[in-house]
Amino acid sequence: MSAAETRRAFKPNWAARIGWLAVAAYCVVAIWSLEITWDRFVIGLENGAEFLGSMIPPSFARWQLLLNNLLETLEIAVIASAFGVVLSLPIGLAAARNLMPAWATWPARILIAICRSFHPVIFAILFVKAVGFGPLAGILTLIFASIGFIGKLFAEAIEEISLKPVEACRAAGAPFMSVILYAVLPQVLNRFIGFATYQFDANIRNSTMVGIVGAGGIGGTLFAAFQRFDYDFLAAILISIIALVMLGEYLASIVKAVFNE
Amino acid sequence: MNSRIWERFTPAQRLARFTIYLAVVLALVVSLRTVQIVPEFLYDAPTQMADMFTRMWPPDIAHYKGGVHEALVESMHIAGMGTILALILSLPVALLAAKNITPVPILNWLARLILVSSRSVNTLVWAILFVAVFGPGALAGTIAIGFRSIGFCGKLLGEALEECNKGPVEALKAAGAPWPSIFLKAYWPQVSPAFWGITLFRWDINVRESAVIGLVGAGGIGMALDTAINLFRWTHVSLILLCIFTVVILAEIVVTKIRERII
Repeated sequence: MSAAETRRAFKPNWAARIGWLAVAAYCVVAIWSLEITWDRFVIGLENGAEFLGSMIPPSFARWQLLLNNLLETLEIAVIASAFGVVLSLPIGLAAARNLMPAWATWPARILIAICRSFHPVIFAILFVKAVGFGPLAGILTLIFASIGFIGKLFAEAIEEISLKPVEACRAAGAPFMSVILYAVLPQVLNRFIGFATYQFDANIRNSTMVGIVGAGGIGGTLFAAFQRFDYDFLAAILISIIALVMLGEYLASIVKAVFNE
Repeated sequence: MNSRIWERFTPAQRLARFTIYLAVVLALVVSLRTVQIVPEFLYDAPTQMADMFTRMWPPDIAHYKGGVHEALVESMHIAGMGTILALILSLPVALLAAKNITPVPILNWLARLILVSSRSVNTLVWAILFVAVFGPGALAGTIAIGFRSIGFCGKLLGEALEECNKGPVEALKAAGAPWPSIFLKAYWPQVSPAFWGITLFRWDINVRESAVIGLVGAGGIGMALDTAINLFRWTHVSLILLCIFTVVILAEIVVTKIRERII
């Protein structure tokens, strides 16, 4: 058997090879245009070691400030989740194309798209300008973020329901609210609770962040500690944020377990 | 007379649900009473918003070429490179997290710890940390985006690896294939659709995030936005917001189109 006749188990995939080459070329171009150099990276690593050194041990000396801020963060998350969930119910319902006419779905869909397309931080900046520094801006920001997220998923969940109960209710002459209450909601309630608990979780994460632009909560203290080179306090804040996020995940899992059994 | 009453939930279930409703309402009331909100600011908000939007109109399109274009391109590079970095870094973590590939519980646990801590720290917080390490600029932003994405990519990739069919793996093992070949020819073809899906999904998220990390000095269009806001140049702010909106929508369209074609 000559070499030419040797069968190869796997054919070379030229399209994939060219694709990988293109990715590598893009990396080179991007690194060059971002002015990332090896020297900077090495200097950064040295800085990083120093930075980590000054973070240890974390300083919980100002624990009262820390606790107050954590409570404010939690308050922002609770209020924003409650209002966000309540508001996204009708908006999600209005955006469902299988139940609502086009004149109702389009405005709802545009509202959801606007809420989704901007990062919460950008909303936070605008709200800080509109209502001043403080937790109110953070609450409004996270309400918008919640509407974007839950509204979209809720609308999709409603679009997937079985229409038979809806038709049955309508055939029996049920008014609109009864159709929603007895034919639509029972089919989507479980998923809705899933979205709501997830959003509460996400709001805790995000409310640690909106403070960076002045919208209340622990983020403001975090950024201040960073700017004053208070790195041991920064480490304490980071540890408490991670603890708070884990607590939120735990609470969400309890709620989900109760409603899904 | 049959007096049996059918009930959907047991008393314990009802009690649990009722406790949760009570806890939610209680938390909300306590929060609303203790949070420090100045009501006057809330009543004033519509006027302030209207004022802000009138200042923003019309967007200063002429500013795009001089001040925005470069920052926008930088943001896109940060998102792209951040995603690539995240994929490179999350691959070993995903391999460690997959129980069928690494049958060592302590390593699984370690990988899971890395994934959770990557996810619980926000991109903006990662960006602050890396700005402290590498100084302001795109390098800090790229690495921040990369580190934040490890948790997401690693978790989903690890789950995809765990769901792999064992057949091809055992066939290659029986034929005496070395480890790299097993990975490349048995695992990779099975996880590659998930891999590309995860990549696209994360890139879409990273495009949004790369627009804001500049607010803490980590490069990209966020820095231009921060400058415009600090200088109260509202027509520049609206232009930048318009650009971010366009890029985010375009990214979403691109992702949806590619997804339809490959999956």
